Amino acid sequence: MASLSKTENTAQITPKKLKVKRFVPLENPINTYLTDEKGIWAWLTTVDHKKIGLMYLGAVAFFFALAGFLAIALRTELWTPAKTFIEADTYNQLFTLHGAMMVFFVLVPSIPAALGNFILPMQLGAKDVAFPRLNLASFYIYAFGAIFTFLSLANNGFDTGWTFYTPYSSDTNSAGIIWVTLGVFILGFSSILTGTNFITTIHKLRAPGISWDRLPLNVWALYATSIIQVLATPVLAITILLLAMENILDIGIFDPALGGDPVLYQHFFWFYSHPAVYIMIVPGFGIISEVITTFSKKTIFGYWAIALSSLAIAFIGFLVWGHHMFTSGQSAVATTIFSFLTFLVGIPTGIKIFNWVATLYRGSISMKTPMLYVFIFIFLFSIGGFTGIMLGALSVDIHLHDTYYVVAHFHYVMMGGTLIALLAGLHYWWPKMTGKMYNEPLAKTAAIFIFIGFNVTFLPQFIMGAQGMPRRYYNYIDQFTPFHQTSTIGSYILAVGFLVILFYLVHSLIKGQKAGPNPWNSRGLEWQSNSPPDFHNFSHTPVVIHGPYDYHQPMEEFQLGLAVDHEYGDEQDKVAAEAHASSATETTEA
Amino acid sequence: MGRLFDFMLPENKSPLTADSTDLLFNFINETSLVIFLGVIFAMTYFAIRYRRKSEDDKTPLITHNNTLEITWSVIPLLLTFVVFGLGYSGWLNLKTVPNDAYEIQVTGFKWSWNINYENGAQTINEIHVPKGVPIKLVMTSSDVLHSFFVPEYRVKHDVIPNRYTYVWFQPEETGESQIFCTEYCGSSHSNMLAKVIVHEPEDFQTWLDENAGGPTGSPIEQGQQLVTLQGCQACHSVDGTEIIGPSFKGIWNRERKLADGNTIIIDENYIRESILYPGEKIAEGYQNVMSPYEGRINDEEITKIIEYLKTID
Amino acid sequence: MANHSATHPKHVHHHFVDSNQQFESAKLGMWVFLVNEILFFGGLFCAYIVFRAWYPELFTQAALELNTFWGAVNTVVLIGSSLTVAMAIRSAQNNQKRGLEINLLITILLACVFLVIKYFEYEHKLHLGIAPGSFWNPTPEIAAVLDHPKANIFFGIYYMMTAVHGLHVIIGIVLMVWLYLRARKGHFNSEYYTPVEITGLYWHLVDLIWIFLFPLLYLIE
Repeated sequence: MASLSKTENTAQITPKKLKVKRFVPLENPINTYLTDEKGIWAWLTTVDHKKIGLMYLGAVAFFFALAGFLAIALRTELWTPAKTFIEADTYNQLFTLHGAMMVFFVLVPSIPAALGNFILPMQLGAKDVAFPRLNLASFYIYAFGAIFTFLSLANNGFDTGWTFYTPYSSDTNSAGIIWVTLGVFILGFSSILTGTNFITTIHKLRAPGISWDRLPLNVWALYATSIIQVLATPVLAITILLLAMENILDIGIFDPALGGDPVLYQHFFWFYSHPAVYIMIVPGFGIISEVITTFSKKTIFGYWAIALSSLAIAFIGFLVWGHHMFTSGQSAVATTIFSFLTFLVGIPTGIKIFNWVATLYRGSISMKTPMLYVFIFIFLFSIGGFTGIMLGALSVDIHLHDTYYVVAHFHYVMMGGTLIALLAGLHYWWPKMTGKMYNEPLAKTAAIFIFIGFNVTFLPQFIMGAQGMPRRYYNYIDQFTPFHQTSTIGSYILAVGFLVILFYLVHSLIKGQKAGPNPWNSRGLEWQSNSPPDFHNFSHTPVVIHGPYDYHQPMEEFQLGLAVDHEYGDEQDKVAAEAHASSATETTEA
Repeated sequence: MGRLFDFMLPENKSPLTADSTDLLFNFINETSLVIFLGVIFAMTYFAIRYRRKSEDDKTPLITHNNTLEITWSVIPLLLTFVVFGLGYSGWLNLKTVPNDAYEIQVTGFKWSWNINYENGAQTINEIHVPKGVPIKLVMTSSDVLHSFFVPEYRVKHDVIPNRYTYVWFQPEETGESQIFCTEYCGSSHSNMLAKVIVHEPEDFQTWLDENAGGPTGSPIEQGQQLVTLQGCQACHSVDGTEIIGPSFKGIWNRERKLADGNTIIIDENYIRESILYPGEKIAEGYQNVMSPYEGRINDEEITKIIEYLKTID
Repeated sequence: MANHSATHPKHVHHHFVDSNQQFESAKLGMWVFLVNEILFFGGLFCAYIVFRAWYPELFTQAALELNTFWGAVNTVVLIGSSLTVAMAIRSAQNNQKRGLEINLLITILLACVFLVIKYFEYEHKLHLGIAPGSFWNPTPEIAAVLDHPKANIFFGIYYMMTAVHGLHVIIGIVLMVWLYLRARKGHFNSEYYTPVEITGLYWHLVDLIWIFLFPLLYLIE
């Protein structure tokens, strides 16, 4: 643990002894990570965490567009009962594909692998993640997983639902199911490697002065997420492998016709897939904490409550998988325990929401687009949380299980939570990533479209679900028609919102105004670099003597916290930094 | 009772199983609404009251407040204990079948429900029950997972191959209630619908006696009833309409092109084989989705079905 | 900012401050990966535990078909290889190039012995028709002894566990051949032996898993 103690030593150096050079990032950087290496080949072989993050972002956006397009097709089909424009079998394949893509290709990698990859090392003052080549490898593993999934479409596809329940999935004759299970198996490794990389980076690559109590909450959230990724994903891998073997060899563990047990499959599957829900949402919490402090110019309320609640969620999240199986025929004792623990996981989530709202108190609140998304997040995610309590209550869940109520609930959590947080983060860090601003009025318009469209789509689903409309239904009885039609209209409004986002982001890339290093006046370490950052993130090695949310310090003094001189920086670094620091304002003993 | 969120729930036709669920549903909704409005109000109020006036605004350093944090951790915790307790007792009630419950056997298969009564009476997709009597359904599946759901009784349970599961309810008014399959089971999952039909006890007894012993009449008539009871018509029409499988209309002694390119004549052996092992010879243009009837049907019944199929022209 | 490695020792990547930080990171990364491996096998162990709890008599009966002698030999072989890999690390720490090479070679050899024995075990079973899944077709003599309706599931689990473990052994061999080639080029010394160290960690885990598999599958009474 030698290196860790070194970092701690540095933290113990009192600021007085430290020779601090004041550093101000450049307004017009000439060298950035985007200009450092050029050409498509440089991108494809890069080990730079920022470029890999952007490649993930592109891939996630692509799959989101594809799966979103499928969602529109599904909603359109549900305009009328029976056939509107596609056949039942096609419909079943489409909803399966929509679910599988959104979960495995969008939600799981969205925040950690795309935004996290970009931001995490910068928030730690590191030059890269611990294993940059592994990072690139995990991107290609992700791409391979995607290719396998597309191959499955060429092999009759699959219509099992993204949960692949046996024996339906093991009895099917379609070769598609084998391809997609292998695809998900491969994809799992991408997630595992990213998690391993992040855990190591957070432990070993923190810049001098970043002690555990100075970690940005986004880092805490990613840390909790990585732990879940490393602990849960291998179980999915083995489950999916067994399922593939069930299809290829008829191994019999999950197939009742061969003596196996389908409920065992569900236990295995949810042991991963419930924690996976937290892989998706916990990084979102991190983003919200960052954005809400920046735009209320105020220290986070309850730092430790928020940081530790992420870890608590990660831990308890492993013990609640059985709440997906209240109607499956698991033992009564298991059902009782799972229900009880499910409520416990709700508490840290509630604590976070209260802390965020309390952070706003006496702040200086600026309603820029990222902040608008935070408000939308709190609104939608709270509804998702409360309806989660509903589904954790045993007797009520018996009634609501596998109805549209559940569909609405997880869309409020996953889309209203994770995806809205992703949008908040994207709009927050966009100037840092690209060096450009986007059109603020258009961005707000899009956010409002998304907010309205989202509620029009999914609120009616709560009602029809409670009325008894089961999920995964191609056909439905007439009494549900008005709800389905409202929902379909809502989905179109939602789609318009996303098209507007696409438009102004592309516009921003081409014609956006220069952002400057710190357009939001944030105290976050990542904002003390150039926009876009250079290849090594900081032209100096930062030494941190302030917390990430020290908004009570004036900006000029705050920037003193970033220094060039420390005993571990190498010569090259110093020379370059000092050349750079000619633009820095002054040198003092802090 | 006229609670705020009653509009979300379907009619309650089995108070013994539904009342506790409805009570908790309303309780959670109302409590959540209060907290939710509180959060949204606070958030909106702060956003307006503390809006940024200038870029140089100073904000106070408020790091935490233990009293506040303990309060908003403990109160929700206590509330969730209440919710857990109510949910648990409601669920125990759903699991505890009254001793005098009337038992009916239910078998789910792609894509119908087959119902068997104590006296040999059989129905398909219709469960006839008497009013005011607790009913216990003993359920199993003969192929993949299904799930039995009656919204108006608030009961649901998965139906699993090689295992028995059960639900109980006690309808308190005559009429019909919708049954859904809620575990995805393939192409016609959404058409795997059925009805509970509630009779006055005397009417139910009459109905039961009339149908005792299962199919009756000539072999052809029995075959026709078997085709209905075995759920064949979920996929095979008798009027020439193409659904999921080939229609039964006018197939006898005709040629059939198979998916592997061969052609066969439809005779007794082909039909027998196609019932017992449907994957062996697939008709051209159709998927192999039918689950084998091996072990679910005896030779005598197959013979009657063949006799009936001969007559459909 | 481009060339950081100029002042770094050659083996230290640009984003690390020093050699020690790189070594500690690699080691931590490997530990995290091993935790993930344990959970991966944990899934299989869970399946094993569940089915053993349901059908205890099946497991005692079916274990008789496994050859305890060769299983024991394989256990000894793997424990030996764990020792030699530890010695390889020691040699690297002491700058003993030759010792490192020889110890790696012995480890590779022992790993191959393990696979050969495993191959003959598989071969024998397949010959008797004790095959996984749909190839399950035991000879009449075997079927007479092994008259449990779920015998196929025991062997399904057996094949999954041993095959996944065997795959790890093969990966280990590939890694060690790579280490050997680098060792010959003199890449490792007391300053830098990170790859040897973390491959050693991996190999200990592969060994450890077998130490669990052997009694659980072969020695059931």
